[in-house]
Amino acid sequence: MADLVKITVDGRQIEVPHGELVIRAAQDHGVYIPRFCWHPRMREVGMCRMCLVEIETPRGTILTTACTTTAAEGMVVHTASDTAKKAQEGILEFLLINHPLDCPVCDKGGECPLQDQTMAFGPGESRFVEEKRHYEKPIPISDLVFLDRERCILCARCTRFADEIAGDPLIEFKDRGNHTSVETFPDLPFSSYFSGNTVQICPVGALTASAYRFKARPWDLLVVESSCSHCTVGCRISVESSQNHVLRFNGVDNGATNQGWLSDKCRFGFEFIGSEQRLRTPLVKVEGEFREASWAEALDVVADRLGAIIEEQGGDAVGGIGGARSTNEDAYAFGKFMRTVVGSNHLDARLDDGLDARFLAAVSPRAKIADLDRAATILVWAPDLKEESGSLYLRVRHAVQERGAKLVVVHPRRTGLDDRATHKLTYRPGEGPALLGELAGGAGDYAKVLETLSLGPVVAVVGRTGLTEQPQLAEEVAAFALSLPDAKVLPFARRSNVFGALDMGVAPTLLPGRAAAGDSEATGHLEAVWGPIPTQAGRDTMGILQGLVDGDLKALVLLGADPVRDVPAAGIARRGMESAEFVVAIDLFLTDSSELADVVFPAEAFGEKEGTITNLEGRVQKVNRVVTGPGQSQADWTILDDISRRLGKPLGFASAEAISKEIADVAPPYGGISWELLEWDAKEGAVVPYGEAGQPVAYRPDGVDREALAAMSRNPESGAFALHLARTLYDDGVLMRNSLSLHALAPGGAVHLHPADAARLGVSEGSLVEVETVDASVRLPAVIDPSLATGVVYVPFNQPGIPSLGSDLSVVVAAGEEVSA
Amino acid sequence: MTENGSRIASPADLSARREQLIAEDVGIRRILVCSTGCLAIGAREVEAAFREGVAAADLQGEVQVVATGCHGLCAMAPVVVIEPNDVVYGRNRIKYVPDVIEQTVKSGEIIRRFCFGRDPEMAHLGDIPFYAHQTKAVLRNVGRVDPQQIDDAIQRGVYEAAGQVLTSMEPDEVVEEIIASGLRGRGGGGFPAGLKWKICKESPGSTTYLICNADEGDPGAFMDRALLEGDPHSVLEGMIIAAYALEAAKGFIYVRAEYPIAVEHIRIAIEQAHERGLLGPDILGSNFSLDIEVREGAGAFVCGEETAMIASLEGERGMARPKPPYPALRGYLGQPTIINNVETFANVPVIIGQGGVKFAESGTEGSKGTKIFALAGQVNNTGLVEVPMGATIREIVFDVGGGLPKKREFKAVQMGGPSGGCVPASYLDLPIDYDSLREVGAIMGSGGMIVMDETTCIVDIARYFISFCAEESCGLCAPCRFGTVRLKEILDRICGGRGTIDDLNDLERLAEVVQKTSLCGLGQTAPNPVLSTLRHFRDEYLAHVADRTCPAGVCTALLPEKEVATAAKEG
Repeated sequence: MADLVKITVDGRQIEVPHGELVIRAAQDHGVYIPRFCWHPRMREVGMCRMCLVEIETPRGTILTTACTTTAAEGMVVHTASDTAKKAQEGILEFLLINHPLDCPVCDKGGECPLQDQTMAFGPGESRFVEEKRHYEKPIPISDLVFLDRERCILCARCTRFADEIAGDPLIEFKDRGNHTSVETFPDLPFSSYFSGNTVQICPVGALTASAYRFKARPWDLLVVESSCSHCTVGCRISVESSQNHVLRFNGVDNGATNQGWLSDKCRFGFEFIGSEQRLRTPLVKVEGEFREASWAEALDVVADRLGAIIEEQGGDAVGGIGGARSTNEDAYAFGKFMRTVVGSNHLDARLDDGLDARFLAAVSPRAKIADLDRAATILVWAPDLKEESGSLYLRVRHAVQERGAKLVVVHPRRTGLDDRATHKLTYRPGEGPALLGELAGGAGDYAKVLETLSLGPVVAVVGRTGLTEQPQLAEEVAAFALSLPDAKVLPFARRSNVFGALDMGVAPTLLPGRAAAGDSEATGHLEAVWGPIPTQAGRDTMGILQGLVDGDLKALVLLGADPVRDVPAAGIARRGMESAEFVVAIDLFLTDSSELADVVFPAEAFGEKEGTITNLEGRVQKVNRVVTGPGQSQADWTILDDISRRLGKPLGFASAEAISKEIADVAPPYGGISWELLEWDAKEGAVVPYGEAGQPVAYRPDGVDREALAAMSRNPESGAFALHLARTLYDDGVLMRNSLSLHALAPGGAVHLHPADAARLGVSEGSLVEVETVDASVRLPAVIDPSLATGVVYVPFNQPGIPSLGSDLSVVVAAGEEVSA
Repeated sequence: MTENGSRIASPADLSARREQLIAEDVGIRRILVCSTGCLAIGAREVEAAFREGVAAADLQGEVQVVATGCHGLCAMAPVVVIEPNDVVYGRNRIKYVPDVIEQTVKSGEIIRRFCFGRDPEMAHLGDIPFYAHQTKAVLRNVGRVDPQQIDDAIQRGVYEAAGQVLTSMEPDEVVEEIIASGLRGRGGGGFPAGLKWKICKESPGSTTYLICNADEGDPGAFMDRALLEGDPHSVLEGMIIAAYALEAAKGFIYVRAEYPIAVEHIRIAIEQAHERGLLGPDILGSNFSLDIEVREGAGAFVCGEETAMIASLEGERGMARPKPPYPALRGYLGQPTIINNVETFANVPVIIGQGGVKFAESGTEGSKGTKIFALAGQVNNTGLVEVPMGATIREIVFDVGGGLPKKREFKAVQMGGPSGGCVPASYLDLPIDYDSLREVGAIMGSGGMIVMDETTCIVDIARYFISFCAEESCGLCAPCRFGTVRLKEILDRICGGRGTIDDLNDLERLAEVVQKTSLCGLGQTAPNPVLSTLRHFRDEYLAHVADRTCPAGVCTALLPEKEVATAAKEG
């Protein structure tokens, strides 16, 4: 903690950290100094001049900007002296010279800093009578954002955000003096993944979001704080609704997670909640066709058919996939349902990450997101964070750019962080283990990388770079990372509440509370509450699907899961579901998977139910109900509870909050965490294991074994390319498909090739390429991508209309025949 | 004997080289043709004609034609000075060259019609009041050397001060010497240069940068240009000394691209200095190294402001940044950075040469040494002048400048460019220094002086300067972006005959807000021309708004119709 100094603000003496900006110090002590350009999460620039205050110095009183002046012992600040007020009034009068008075039709009206500060600090009337500046009214600067240059007061918050925070300097000031305006570059839209943040931080209505324009007045909005569930960071957001419709999300500044920022997927990915396509009643398939059914009828069908399978073949014939899109309470109910009602250990919340459940749930020592701010070196051997976890990307970027942390990025192709990386290592998918061996050995060129990595504290973000990569590699990377000085690992998987679901025991190898399945003490503890649980080894998602294909398993319970779209080996998923005797799905929509179910129950979505979620660092946060679900939709736990009663083994849940209390009882790391705690004392969330609690499984990967790594390395079959299959921010997932603003932004199918390979194959940018794997054969347009190694092709996963290529490493590529127009 | 073009290994080597160059030139007479500013009126052709004439007269062995920098007396361009007696001929034309060679060069006769004022009594440089009232210290080599020949500079003793500093002084001693001299920044702010260096030396950082501000953008100012064009080596020498004192290893010269000759000459000078070992590694065998890079500005006036210049050098938009932190603490790439103007650097060798204390003997209490002014406007001897600090406006305008043409009456002098103000006739005897000018509402600025007579409308002048600032505002901060435009609009109204008494109050209040709340120097000083004219010439403003007349007859909207027609015919 910095030394404290005494300063006087408006006659009141306060103690603030030495070097703190006067504007922040004053605000922390209840004195609000007006401002436009200053934003607490960006560098100060002192350009709007709104925060002018008088400061007494040995050479007399000076008028200066509070956002660029740092507190020093004995400083005397007057924020509302005659001179300061005259200056503040003068600035507002200037800003209003060109600002149109279209507040009644402006989205920002009612929550507009210019409006508010004019009322609070402005002169009341203007002396200027000249014509205002005119521009073409709003121009789209991207698919999501409109710019009204007449309203702009040129505070540069948006341009600075784009450059300084997002690393996408796509908007900039143009011209100078009174002709200055914010513009995009010619033929280059503001296609940043973070563009929506500029709308939120714009202090006037110059930047508006296409999804919200003219939808509501701020004072009509019901605003409830919650956490985003699009990725595993759990960014804090405010969910804002009117007349039972969610109209927008805004970022909330949670220092532990997102610091106020959101990626556009998170900000605009709410449209699915109000989609017309949502399921409103239970559906029962009769002679191959779905028909709407009453709740009781649907439950009867499930009780009959699932009950019969359990009775005749045992619970072991049933698998359960899902829980990652649910709250902890729902996931807990799912785990308890599968293990006690069905009597099966075949349950998994992971769909595609392939990483070991114990590694994800219990790697130790585990980093917190905020540790990135203290790290001397950051290692990212994980998916491209810009594509898969926007706010984690921003956090890493900020640590490197603003704090000077060193960054080592290891990935098969370019990533969003490459421009800030001290070292970037590129490799062919399959050869990751060999690279890790080389790196750990530190010979040749790797010596310098290893030298950088020896600067502790080190935080390693470790995940699977692509869907064809050996899943075990991540654990080896973690083992290597933990051999570095003062190192911690942040395990990375993407699917919303997958960490929470694993903590709730939705994995064949885990019990609730990060306990190992089969551990006798944990089992005893759990059975005291649950009653007996099965002991046989469970199957993971791929095991379950394969078991259905092979006939070992007969029935499947899907909880908010769409394996046909989300599992790379889509063929197995489809065949498995088609082979199953009975499938029950609990879902928001009819998806490619729930289409294949026999009974589908309509579930409540995010924003329609209360509960908690756990993010990738183990932080538990509260999510809240803002609107009611459509039709007869219910929370997952209610549906599971209803089924359990029909099956004669009631789960006995009374409410989600009651479930949270049971979790705190049976899962020691969650002991002491209650909804009340999260709503009041731990607003930034509570990290598991909470308080003094430990966790039963502390998974610490062993040291690096170079021989084992060499054996793990793989190469594609001769004549084939190595396939790099990875996710993009926008794709054809079911939530994206039903969020219309975003679905169109998916990049679409493409095959990326190194220029040398393209030349060899006679392929040029945009020409069609035949791509064939064991799972699928497609024809995709080529993109020349020099960031790849030779012999590698990259194909974005889950794009509209493109079948999955599967997770096999080998891919055969050939120039396609030109289709004549 | 040092070979032509070879490295100079030590100060002793430098002196030897100088001796040798002086010896080589014994008995040589030189014809010094201004080849910078005078190019605009045919100096290149005149110079060629002299070369041909000298060749034709078979005088190559004893007479050299030298293309020099500015002789100062721009009113008589193109100017030629003929040594050894420094005969000054103005308004030279090719057709007159044979006469000059025949009569003056060969026979030493004076040709009356080329003399200053066509007066043979004023044939020699020392006879002409324009020169007699000046003190050429910083400009001592301008007009005397061929700026493209480093040997000319060496012969005149340039780089000797650098040699002395590099081999016999500690960096701190150099800073102390500059502090003792009382040198204040010649770029306009007038901050004590030595103190700035000291602050910079004490600032934390991994390295220190040196920037020479040659982005001279004030309308009517051309002091820095003359120095870079006419004596670039002295500027480099000043930078070498400063870099040594500050222990900087990298320097920049930020020069406006609108000065092609200055750019060319400074580039040639840097190249030649590198060849001679006066720049680059191990300068004069001292182990001290310095590289200097020339960067050309793209025409933005605000880039003369130091933080905007740094932004521009860093490759960003040329926009100002808040101070503090001052560049001396955190400047280019976040490192301690010294930005001094061309004239400031050119003063440094002078100070080292004569000693800081001796330097401080000239000038006034708070302002030491000499100052170069660019004299322009309604004055007979427009040109470049150097006078000691404390000279009065009367001395500069009437003694040096020769007064106003057509016996018109002196009305005011605009000093300090768009950041300055208009000083009225009542202050003609004001000794000029940084502080006195500030008191009367003007500033020293970089040294532009625009003389105005009674045919100049003071409101129109204020409008001109505020238009300049409105055009050149970078647009970053609201007061400057909006304020300058609104000031201009009010002045447009007044000049257009639509002004009211209230407008005068609005002008004052608005100007005060812009002055106090703007981010950088541009905005903070932009209202000065308005405020100083309002202060000294309120009557003239009142005539515009109350009487609806323009006493100077400039604002056409306020003239009776007949006069408008006449004005239109004339204009």
